[in-house]
Order: sequence, then structure tokens, then C-alpha cells
Amino acid sequence: MNPWNHDVAKDELDLVDVQVDGVWLRMPRGLNVVEVAHRSKKFIPHYCYHPKLSVVGNCRMCLFEMGTPKTNADRSPVLGPDGKPEIAWMPRPQIGCATGVTQGMGIRTDSPLVKDCRNGVMEFLLINHPLDCPICDQAGECKLQEYSVEYGTGASRFVEDKVKKPKNVDLGERIVLDDERCILCSRCVRFSSEVMKDDVLGFVNRGSHSTLTAYPGKRFDNAYSLNTVDLCPVGALTSKDFRFQMRVWFLKETKSICTSCGTGCSTTIGSREGKVHRLTPRENEAVNSAWMCDYGRLNIHYLDSKDRLHRPLLKAVGEQFPGTWADAIHRAAEGLGKFKPEEIAVVASGRLTNEELFVLKRLLGELGVTRVDIVKHTGQADNFLRSGDGNPNGRGAELLGLSSDGRKFRSWGAEIVLGKIRALLVLGGEDVVAAGIPASALQKLDLLLFSGILGNETSRLAHVVLPSAATAEKTGSMVNVHGRLQRMTRAIAAPGEAREDWLILRDLREACTGGNSLHSVEDVWKAIAAEVPQFAGLSWAKIGDLGVQLETRNSLSEGTLVKA
Amino acid sequence: MSTALEVGTENCAGPETGEITPALEKQATELIARYPVSARSAVMPLLHLWQETFGYIGPRGVEWIAKKLSLQEIQVLELVTFYPWFRQRPYGKFHFRVCRTLPCALGGAGKTFAALQKLMGLKPGAHEGAMVSADGRFSLEYSECLASCGTAPVVLCNDNFHEKVDEKKATELVGGCS
Repeated sequence: MNPWNHDVAKDELDLVDVQVDGVWLRMPRGLNVVEVAHRSKKFIPHYCYHPKLSVVGNCRMCLFEMGTPKTNADRSPVLGPDGKPEIAWMPRPQIGCATGVTQGMGIRTDSPLVKDCRNGVMEFLLINHPLDCPICDQAGECKLQEYSVEYGTGASRFVEDKVKKPKNVDLGERIVLDDERCILCSRCVRFSSEVMKDDVLGFVNRGSHSTLTAYPGKRFDNAYSLNTVDLCPVGALTSKDFRFQMRVWFLKETKSICTSCGTGCSTTIGSREGKVHRLTPRENEAVNSAWMCDYGRLNIHYLDSKDRLHRPLLKAVGEQFPGTWADAIHRAAEGLGKFKPEEIAVVASGRLTNEELFVLKRLLGELGVTRVDIVKHTGQADNFLRSGDGNPNGRGAELLGLSSDGRKFRSWGAEIVLGKIRALLVLGGEDVVAAGIPASALQKLDLLLFSGILGNETSRLAHVVLPSAATAEKTGSMVNVHGRLQRMTRAIAAPGEAREDWLILRDLREACTGGNSLHSVEDVWKAIAAEVPQFAGLSWAKIGDLGVQLETRNSLSEGTLVKA
Repeated sequence: MSTALEVGTENCAGPETGEITPALEKQATELIARYPVSARSAVMPLLHLWQETFGYIGPRGVEWIAKKLSLQEIQVLELVTFYPWFRQRPYGKFHFRVCRTLPCALGGAGKTFAALQKLMGLKPGAHEGAMVSADGRFSLEYSECLASCGTAPVVLCNDNFHEKVDEKKATELVGGCS
């Protein structure tokens, strides 16, 4: 997934002695100085360097002072009064990103020379910068802004005219470029070329006139283009979807996962006052590295869709009316009580979390219902992150024993018509009309229960409609197509009276069977871990922010995660 | 047709719409063969070849070269815009470069430039890049050091070098163009 991984040493056990700001440490041989500083709890500022892209060394921000061990005539190291090797410091700074550590190397990250260098680099970078932070979307998460405060000077000495460059360049369907803000770090160019193999971006002209552009007539439109907005250390590349919408410092950040396909990229949800403003990838080498696709990233607008279900709906005299949760649950439980287990069928969703599916499984076990299916969704897989499996938790459903071939339910239409199935529970918002059960059949049901986020053809026919919560609105866990168990955390409240599915199912179960020992998602998880062998030994905390690989979770490579 | 990169072959005002002859294809193949390790290195000689053949490097040239070397167009365009010798539009039949690096600037390059502007019927005053006369006969631009500081100011007209070009000599130069 990454042609480069500069933050990972070739051999983590092949260590050399390095002195970082006067302290001797053991670091992997060849690891670059930016990463060595990071591991030493120091920081070397940088713009162009990114651990997942090639090193070009063009921003010069990571300059540091380097030294090599002094040696005697017989090549033995000169030892100082403290018994440690003495270091001969080079008179000129080096760039940290392109310098690998060797035995006895000295590194100074905060000497007067280094500070002076950074100050000089900052001054050069700001010469042609428009200083339009008040209207710039990057403000608040801008490296130019941050380093200017940390390493720059308060005022500019530049009295000449700034070079004018194109602003508001429509680079692609989802990206706008401001060339005056660009510091020519080339991260976007390298991402497109090295990760996406889609070279359309490049620098034209020369010197202070250098300009980032797409080749005339070509669009920067690849399926992962928005990653360059994250990579851009300044406000040059902005997302059309997010620009001018929200100041980033107002955003509450919540760790979650993307549920747009079976890959389940780790994400950070940026929300404010009950509204999700953006989704950004969260680094997770085991799943998505530092990237995510544009489709998944922008798939947040359904949260404010006009089709969202806000209140429970109950059908009376052929029409749906808003009702209370108590009435809705009561009506559903009462209805279910009238039928034999074999007269009840359930279409669940691969978009439900493990916890929700588990509570459902308990309920069905207690009722004796065996007719369960999960609708299959297929997507267009690419050779990168997008999975061909459209269900984010298809594997979870499989592990919990709820999955079947995903087509079985299509024959239920006929059984409904024959009166063999009298109650249908559609849980998780699937539109079974679109999936293959004719509306005319659904109309013959004695009870059609629907829970979901958005209204659809099926919900409109339901006797009881229970509004539920979307990904950003709930806490739970899912298992991706590669068997990685990951957590999602609630960022915002569900709209109106909508509730998380596990709560809906818990209440329904309580009303149907009286059984309830589950008071929190963590409780549900405990029960899952105790019951499902694949999840044995795992606790909510052990899943961690990066998840756990189920098949190989006892192997060495995952050891740190499981032990944590 | 003369071989590529030979001095004195520069043709400033060709039409990029000209035919890509088998001879041109052969020259390109020969140039690419000079870089067995990385064909990408042949991009500079090919750019020179195209410009000498057609006078300038437009999208057609960029795309032809990119295809020849299996490069992306943007990678070729970056070079075309980086080097001031390469041009993306036709210049005049006689293209003048006036050196403006310090010794020539002190030696009166500004006066020479202004005189040439007037002689060629170009708009006086500051400019960015090359200026082309309305009849397409002349074009003029400043250049950096032409490596003859002792005989400043110096002027390059197409591939011919002229030293100590004052206003009088400039008049003779322009008058001699035919």
C-alpha cells in the first residue's frame, strides 16, 4: 500500500548509539533523523517529508546539526571526561529526512544554528505567501501557521511585491487549489504519482513563479484525490465539500471507522453541535495506512437527509402516525407474540454492529426464530482500499452465525403470499422491496417491523417503524473483510427520537421475553466474548483504537495490540 | 535535415502543425538509444529536436515526446516551462536575446534593449517573457549571462553571437536581417 515506510526501520533490532540533544540513545540503524527525533520525544519540523511518500528534501525545514565521532590516529573513538565518545560537529546543517543514523552520530535538534536555519527557511517560505489565514480553511491545522509561531519571527521584512499566482483553481471534481498558498512541497504530486499512479499534477515554471498545476485539459479526479487535501501541509489544496463550512478548531474529533464498504478504514469524525462536517482517515497500517477513498470520505451527507426517520411511526387504519417508543415497542412485541416462530422471518443488515447483531441473535434464539438472512451488497472493488463487499460488517454477522447466502430472503415473498410467513422484521434499514420482495407481498403481512436510518419503500409499508442511529451516531464494533475487529465511537446524537439499534433491540427483547442483563455496549461485548469463540479473551478496551486481527491475534506481530 | 543539437540550426518561427517525417522519427530513435539506462533522460534532446524542427514546443510536441518516452505529459511540460530556452509559442523569424546579467546591465544592455524594441516596432517599457513583432519577423527578450562579460553588452540573434552591441550596432543588426 505504501511504496515507502520511512517510519519503520529495516531492522528494528539492529541498533546503533546516537546522541540526540546530548542524550545517548539506541536507535535502529539507517532510520532517518526526523523519525529518530520523533522516537526520542523530540520534534524536527518538516513540510515535504511524509513517512509514506518518497523523500525529496525540498522544503529544507528539517535542517539539524550533525556530528560524527572524533577518532584517534588508530581510529579508536576519542572519549570525553564522562567516558562517552566525543563528537565532531559539522559546520553546516543537514536535512533530517534524507539522513539515516549511523553508529556514534550526534544530532542537535535545538541548537542556535538549527533555530537560525528554521527561522531562515520560514522567512523564505512566507515571502510569496498571501497571509490570508483569516479566510483560509487550513487555519488551525496549518503547518505554515504552526511553525511560523514556533520557529518564525513575528513580522515580515519583505517589502517587495509578492508574486501573483492563480487562485481558486478548479483542479478536479472535489478539489480546489490556491497556488499562492502552495509551498511547493510536492506531497500531492508524489501521492498521485507513487500511491495512485495517476500523474496529472506537476510544477510548471521556475523559481518563485513555480506553480502547481494539472496538465492542461486533464482533471485531478482520481478516486482517492481528497487524500492530497490531508497531505497538503498548508491551505493550497482544499476540499470543495468542506471548504468554508467550519473552522477546524471547533470540530470535535471522534475515532471511528468508515462503513461505506467492507474495508472499514479507520477514520476521525469531525463534528460540531450535532453535525458531522468531515471524515478524515486515521492512520492504521493494518487497514488503510493513512488513506481513504473519496467516496467513503464524502459519504456523510445522508446524515442530514430529508429522508431521515426522526420518530417512531405506527400504522393505523392504513396510515403511519408518529407514536411513542413505548407504544412502538409494545406493539411490536405484542405482534410478535401472536405468531409461531416459523411464521416469523428476519432480514437483518450487514451494516449493524456486532453488538446489535448479538442482541438480535439472543432475541431470535429466545423466540425460536430461525429464518434469518442478511442482504448482500456488492460494490466496485479497486486494487487499493475499496472492497467488493458493500457490507461493512458482513464478517461480523458471519462470526455471530447470522449470515446466510444473502439471497434466501428473495423466496420469502412467495411464502408470505402463501401465508407461511406472517411477520417480517427488517432490521438495519434494508429496502427489501428493492432487494427482491414485492411490495404486494409485504402488504399481506400481519406484521412488518422496520428499523433504519432512512425512509424507503419498505419503511413506508411497515406497521411499526423504529428510527435508528447511523455510524457517526453510535458506539459498537465491526469486523472488516480481512477479519480485523474495530471499534466505532459515537460522535453526535441521533436526530430527533432516533435511537441506537442495540437499544432498540434490547428493549424489544425485554418486551418480548423479559430477559435483560445488558446495560451498555461494553456489557454486550462481554457477553459476545464469553459466547463467541472467535472473540474469546477480548474486552472492549483490548480492541483499542487500531483494532485486533482476529485470525492472527495471538501471533507476534499483533502482540503489542493484544497485550495493551 | 541537419542532425539535432548542432549549432546554427535554430528555426524560431516554424509551425507546430508540420509533418512528423520519418527522418524526424529516426532522429528521435537515435537520440533515445543514447540513454540505454533511462530513456527518460532523452527528454531534453527530444525537446531540442522538436523545437529546432517546429520552432516551438506546443501541446503536440509535449504529447509526442511523452508518448515516445512513456512519460506523463505533465512531466514533459514541467521541463518545457522550467528552461527559458524552450518556448511554447512561435517567436519571430529573428529572435534576439539581450543579456542583462550585471556586466551587460552596467555596459548598457537596457539602452540596447530599448533601441531594439523601437527598431522592431515593439511596445516600449517593461515586459515579461518574449515580445513578438506584429509581422512575426522579430522577437526580443532578455536573457541571463551569455558568457562574454568582457565585450558587454552582448546579444544573441538566433544562433549568432554579437558583441559590444550599442544603439548604432543594434540598428545595423536589425537592418541586416533579411
